[in-house]
This record gives sequence, C-alpha cells and structure tokens, in this order.
Amino acid sequence: MAVAAPIRVLEAQYRTYRRTWRGSVISTFLQPVLFLTAIGVGLGTLVDDGAGTSTLPIAYLAFLATGILPATAMQTGSSDGAWPVMAGFKWRKDYYATIATPITVRDLILGRFGFAAIRLTFVLTIYTIIMALFDAVPLWPGVLGIPPAVLTGLAFTALVTAYTCTLENEIGLANLFRFGIVPLFLFSGTFFPVSQLPDWLEPLAPLTPLYHGVELVRKLVLSDLEAPLVSSTSMWVHLAYLVVVLVIGTALAVRFLDRKLLV
Amino acid sequence: MAVPLVIAESLTKRFDDITAVDSVDFEIHPGESFGFLGPNGAGKTSTMRMIATVSPVTSGTLSVFGLDPAADGRQIRGRLGVVPQEDNLDLELTVAENLYIYGRYHDMARPKIKEKIEELLDFAELTARRDSQVETLSGGMKRRLTIARALINEPDLVILDEPTTGLDPQARHLLWDRLYRLKQQGATLIISTHYMDEAEQLCDRLVVMDKAKIVAEGSPRALIDEYAPREVVELRIHNGMEAAIEQLVKLAPRIEPLADRVLVYTDDADRTLKEVHDQGIVTDSALVRRSTLEDVFLRLTGRALID
Ligand SMILES: Nc1ncnc2c1ncn2[C@@H]1O[C@H](COP(=O)(O)OP(=O)(O)O)[C@@H](O)[C@H]1O
Ligand SMILES: [Mg+2]
Repeated sequence: MAVAAPIRVLEAQYRTYRRTWRGSVISTFLQPVLFLTAIGVGLGTLVDDGAGTSTLPIAYLAFLATGILPATAMQTGSSDGAWPVMAGFKWRKDYYATIATPITVRDLILGRFGFAAIRLTFVLTIYTIIMALFDAVPLWPGVLGIPPAVLTGLAFTALVTAYTCTLENEIGLANLFRFGIVPLFLFSGTFFPVSQLPDWLEPLAPLTPLYHGVELVRKLVLSDLEAPLVSSTSMWVHLAYLVVVLVIGTALAVRFLDRKLLV
Repeated sequence: MAVPLVIAESLTKRFDDITAVDSVDFEIHPGESFGFLGPNGAGKTSTMRMIATVSPVTSGTLSVFGLDPAADGRQIRGRLGVVPQEDNLDLELTVAENLYIYGRYHDMARPKIKEKIEELLDFAELTARRDSQVETLSGGMKRRLTIARALINEPDLVILDEPTTGLDPQARHLLWDRLYRLKQQGATLIISTHYMDEAEQLCDRLVVMDKAKIVAEGSPRALIDEYAPREVVELRIHNGMEAAIEQLVKLAPRIEPLADRVLVYTDDADRTLKEVHDQGIVTDSALVRRSTLEDVFLRLTGRALID
C-alpha cells in the first residue's frame, strides 16, 4: 500500500494532464524552435563565419542546442513546481482532497515528481528530435543528453516546489522567474561558455544546478569539446551535484508542504 | 454499548494566539449521527480536521477507531469519508473521473471502483451527469458529488462539515434526504452545522459549541426540554418596547428581548398570549411556535446562532 501510494498520485496527475495538456504544448515546443531558428541559425551563421576569429571547433547551433536542452528542462521543471503547486494548496485546493485519503504529503510529492519526470522525458525527447531535424545534433549521440536534462529539470521541480510551499501568493513566483530562472537561463553556459563571463561572475556559475546540467549534457553529447568551452570537472561531480540538489529539494518540499497543509 | 469510534479528552487546538478548540470532551458511537452545532468561528471545522487526521492535536487526547491520529493517520483515513466545508473537487475532470481517482487513492481495485461509481451516481442523483465536467455542475450537484466521493471507500465514519451551507432551500432538502437515507443504512455520521433545523433533522445527539468550548450535550429533544420551555410567543412591538418588557417579565418565567422583537418562553402559549392582550400590551404581530435548538443556543450563550 505505502509503496503503491505515490503511483496513485501519478495516475491522477496523468488523468488531469490528459485533459489540460493542450494549453501548454505549443509554448513548450515553440520556444526551443524559436531559439534554434533565431539565435542558432541566424546568429550562429555570423559566429561560425567569424572571419577566422571563431573559437568554436563545432557549429554554434550544436553548442546552443545542447545548452537549450537542459535549460528547457529547467524551465519546464520549475514551472511544474510553481503554479500547479500553488493551485494545489491555494486555488484549486486539490491537495487537501488528496491528503484526506490514505495518501500522505510524502506520497503526494513523490507522485508529482514521478509524473514530472515522465513529462520531462517526453518533452525533451521531442526536443531532441527537433534538434536532429535542425541538423544541430544527430539523434545519436543526441539522446544521451536526455537523462541528465531530465535530472536537471527534476532538481528544479524539487527546489521550486519547496520554495512555492513557503509562499502566500504568486508574487513570489513571478519574482523567482524574473530574478532567478531567467538569469540562470542566460548565464549558465546556455548561449556562450561560462569562461566568457566577467571574472567576478564566473566562479558563481558552478553553484547553480543548470550549469552542471549544461556541462553534463555537453560532455556526453559533444565529446570532442574541450576547455575552456567546457570545464575540466569530472562528469561524476556534475551528476552528484544534481542528485544532491534533487534529494535535498525533495526533502524540503515534503517538509514545507506538510507545514502548509497540515495546520 | 459498543466501543466508541471517536474519543476526545481535553482536546485542544491552538493557532498561534487563537485557541480554536478549548479542552473539549466527547465520544461518538457506531451507528449514531453526531452533530456539532455552533456559530461561525466556534471551532467546529478545527475539531473535525483533527478527527480527519489532517490537523495535529495541540494537547489532550484523541482516538479514532482506537488509533492515534498522529501515528496511524493513513490507516484512519482509509476508513473515513470526508466532506470538507469547501468543495475541493477537480473541476477539470468529469463527475465519474473525480470518483474514480478517489477510489484509486483508496487503493481500490478498478472493477470494484466501477461498481461503486454506478451505485454512488445513483445515490447522488448524478447518473445523467456522469461524463459532465464538474465545472458545469450546480452548487447542489457539486455538494452531492463531494458526498458521493466521500463514500467511495465504504467508510466506517463520514465527516460532513457544514454540508448544506450556501445551498438554496430546494438543494438543501434534497441533500438532507440523501443524508437521511445514509443514516437509515446505519452509517455513522459527524455533521457540523450552524443551522438548528439541520441539526434537529439529522442528528441523534449533538454538542453545542461556542467560543471553542462545548456548552451543552444531548439529543435535540433532550436539549430543548432541558434548556427551553415548550413554546415561544414571538411579539413584534414597535412602540413602547421597554414598557412592554417590564410587563412581560411578570407574565412569563423567561423572556428574551431581541432587536426587533421579544421572545416569551412559556409552557402554554395560548394562555400567555391571552394574558398579553389582557394586560393591554400593544403588539404589531404575535407568533406562536415550538421551541427549537435556536432557543437553546440563545439561552446558553445569550446570542443568536446566525447573526
Ligand atoms: N489555520 C488557521 N490559522 C489561524 N486561525 C485559525 C485557523 N483555522 C481556524 N482558525 C481560527 O480558529 C477559530 C475556529 O475556527 P473554525 O474551527 O473554522 O470554526 P467553525 O468551523 O466553527 O466556524 C476561529 O477563530 C478561526 O479564525
Ligand atoms: Mg467551519
């Protein structure tokens, strides 16, 4: 029973998602396509033709695509821990309905994260196919980027869920995206190597989960890439960092949601 | 007598500096329909949430099915049906899907859930709406669906927090009818309400709550017998209210002056009414009725249930 309980939550999530996915699907796929077209193909042509000054041994489009993959995972994962969670305890209040049954807060969190992992895998697989269609990265080894990107997304789901559970209203969510997620998106090595950051900013990059996601994806998918385009840190360090963030985020999410619901 | 399903001793709930439930004692027995009657803010919801194991007990003891809510929450909730004060149905899903998901939360097998869904849709008179999105239902239908959802796991104890608040009279009567049927089938119900007619209709036994405390306990009949004379003469008096009150005090053992009328409690309303007129008291209107729980509450607290 106790083992099956999170699966019940996952099942319910799926049933709700089946009715509501249409609203989010366009924006989910449109964004990477827009980035790849405008920045990758457009700007990339300029970068690659940089009259002998180009520092990239590979097409900029490939560099960008492998950054956008975990960055998209971060955005999808963060959104999943933001508005739906606030809806759960504040607007729709469906979490109160769930925990009135044998389901516990822990089951609820684990089931939600389980479903988030499935949804991330689906979104990132489609995205990997789009990358291949754009000739950015071939399907193989492109698919190697999916698991670390899913892990990145999930780490953000956990952290953002925990954060959302400490809030009273959605102002804090808008601020999180404005001052947290968007800067991470821009400065974690997604669009350009972290080594290009101003000196005072560069040491901060390895503190963010997205940085490790981006590094891990690139090291797996673009195995020829060398410093300073990627760091010389071991892939295990990136993996361990993301796993630790996920575990701590999950523990905090359970604790804070518990505090929110069981008053 | 059978072992009580719920036992509360000195049960207390505090939120920061507010004491929502102040050292209450009660027992709820199998097969009875037990009520918490009290005005808004009396502590009814707080008490019920503790029984439903979704609110930690501050102090005192509480046992549900002989189990401890703090330690055995999952087990207790598996045997409970809960109808919260505010509906929290999944508005995007259909009527049947809402029931189905709840069945799954209770770890029921699919065929069993399917069977229960048909039975409960029939019970809640929602069979025609089984595939409607919940968003499109009326308030009364949503409430009936919430009740049906609470019954999916064939609970041993059903908790209903203000089941008919906010519904129009017709929807209320249909709901009462359903709850009455449930009671006839032998279900144990806990009902909170601030409607005295609801308490009188549905509860075998009730406690009157006011300001976090239980102020009286008994069957509706026993409470009325104990705290209110049999009948009430309600007098509306526009002019000379104060003079009238002075005269009325001499006529009846107890009177209750309200803003726009005076309640005169008596064992023989016809005689009292005659005496009122014999005394030459001028009234705009006079109404004779039987005492209700409303009068009990007024007697106990000096205030009306609904203000
Ligand atoms: N989560 C909460 N935080 C702070 N105070 C609360 C909370 N829930 C209820 N209260 C307070 O506890 C008291 C009892 O409330 P409640 O149990 O909802 O009463 P009732 O259901 O009888 O209307 C009220 O004063 C209410 O404001
Ligand atoms: Mg209440």
